Amino acid sequence: MNLLAIETATEACSVALIHGDELIARSEIAPRRHTELVLPMADELLAEAGIGRHALDAIAVGRGPGAFTGVRLGVSLAQGMALALDLPVVTVSSLAALALEAPEEEGAAILAVIDARMGEIYAACYRRDDNGGLVALDDERICTAASLMLPEASAWQVVGTGWATYATVLSQRLTGTLHSADGSRYPQAVHVAELALREFKAGHAQAPELALPVYLRDKVALTLVEQGKA
Amino acid sequence: MVICPLVRDCQIGRAANYTVDTTEFSKPANKPVLGIETSCDETGVALLRWEPDAPGRGLLAHTLYSQIKLHADYGGVVPELASRDHVRKLLPLIREALAEAGLTVHDLGGVAYTAGPGLVGALLVGASAGRALAWALGVPAIGVHHMEGHLLAPLLEEDPPEPPFVALLVSGGHSMLVEVQAIGRYTILGDTLDDAAGEAFDKTAKLMGLPYPGGPALAKLAGQGTAGAFRFSRPMTDRPGLDFSFSGLKTQVLLAWQQSDQGEQTRADIARAFEEAIVDTLVIKCRRALEATGTQRLVIAGGVGANRHLRSELARAGEKDGFRVYFPRLDFCTDNGAMIALAGAIRLAGGQHQDATVQVRPRWDLQSLPAA
Repeated sequence: MNLLAIETATEACSVALIHGDELIARSEIAPRRHTELVLPMADELLAEAGIGRHALDAIAVGRGPGAFTGVRLGVSLAQGMALALDLPVVTVSSLAALALEAPEEEGAAILAVIDARMGEIYAACYRRDDNGGLVALDDERICTAASLMLPEASAWQVVGTGWATYATVLSQRLTGTLHSADGSRYPQAVHVAELALREFKAGHAQAPELALPVYLRDKVALTLVEQGKA
Repeated sequence: MVICPLVRDCQIGRAANYTVDTTEFSKPANKPVLGIETSCDETGVALLRWEPDAPGRGLLAHTLYSQIKLHADYGGVVPELASRDHVRKLLPLIREALAEAGLTVHDLGGVAYTAGPGLVGALLVGASAGRALAWALGVPAIGVHHMEGHLLAPLLEEDPPEPPFVALLVSGGHSMLVEVQAIGRYTILGDTLDDAAGEAFDKTAKLMGLPYPGGPALAKLAGQGTAGAFRFSRPMTDRPGLDFSFSGLKTQVLLAWQQSDQGEQTRADIARAFEEAIVDTLVIKCRRALEATGTQRLVIAGGVGANRHLRSELARAGEKDGFRVYFPRLDFCTDNGAMIALAGAIRLAGGQHQDATVQVRPRWDLQSLPAA
């Protein structure tokens, strides 16, 4: 099984390759340079594994939420690659990939939060399962840190840039249950690859044209009616 | 019209550097090139095999999806929504074009995509998918200048014009006169100082109450207007030079409309006078440009090139002055993938291609292009 994974939804740009039992990756915190990095990173990984592009079995991508342009870059690259190689695409939540950046701790709930700008966060809660995967505790959403609804849990781990921006508000919500928090973590392609492999084995790969971004923030402009002009 | 201004200082992507390559790829001369256009609100895809003697014969398929309806509710193009729609539509269109041509991706010899100018987010969709497709196929890729695509679109017709020629490029985003010395060697003779011709049509239509995008509706209405009922000035024709300015004309229309009875016939009469003013101005400047360059060939490109009155007036001027006018078919006046496939195929056939990075240039000087 050879799977190439791309994650460009946030400031981190990363590519990972599953080659048999090996998982290798390249990652850089490089805002605005993602466009230059992805394909050369993929070339490096394929060369390191000693396989050609045609040996790939699937393309995986972090389909957001995150920066709109970054999410589309990753999805469009994955679509193009998969179309050329007649491969399916596995889409993975960038919040789920981020959640796997939390240190392993049995029984703890993970809050993955990405700063969504404009005073909001992208958020979702998970728990690790027994096989190194994730169980979603709720739906991913966009909201303010203050209005974030959380499921019941006795221990919390928080990861992502949402913590860096809203640590004060969030820590008040998690008083007494917060075990760890790291605001310097980003979704990474290694975790996209890990999660995608499970999805692929479960039969959840899609035709490339069906692999689409998830933005969560869907109201991006006012219609003429809403502007009061029609 | 674009609601939000283009992201002017966006540093996404590097400047497009063409490299001349003779070793890495075999020349794709006889293999089809995929062309992708996503610079604004149309998703265009085409397949073209480069036939130097008759480029039009090499066109194997072209498909287009227009987002006009999507943006109509907003009164103009919303860049983020345009980008989102390109992601949904691009692959189905590529598959449709391949099916139309009876080809698979494995038959492709190269991939061309619009790299600029345009909306950065929209450009990135076509550039990313196109660049990754070429990377995975192991074929060369090239980022195409959108305006070069428009300039070369008339080459897709029977009996195409040979450079040197003068091109009038008039669309919703541009109004320019360009001297084409050779493919890839362009000199901008004149440009608009404010609104583009198509933009003037759309804005004028809007202020007379026509829904977005009102330009084509305004032109249709002009056909029902009475000649001479209103008269507007021909901006910047009373002095030498080849630049345009259409925003004052819009103000004249607004005043005339406000002072009128605002009836149906009046609206048509004003539309007619407005169209005549624009067309007259364009014809005067085209004549000057041909005279200044000593050329007898005029190429019309861009969405406003579909305007019937403009076409007939230019044809008439050509007969009188002894120059020949070349029009692309209506489908290729507006944004399309065929012109991108053509411009890309020419450059790929010349050995130009780009490295494995996604490069877009929201602003890109046409005159900075290398010769093809």
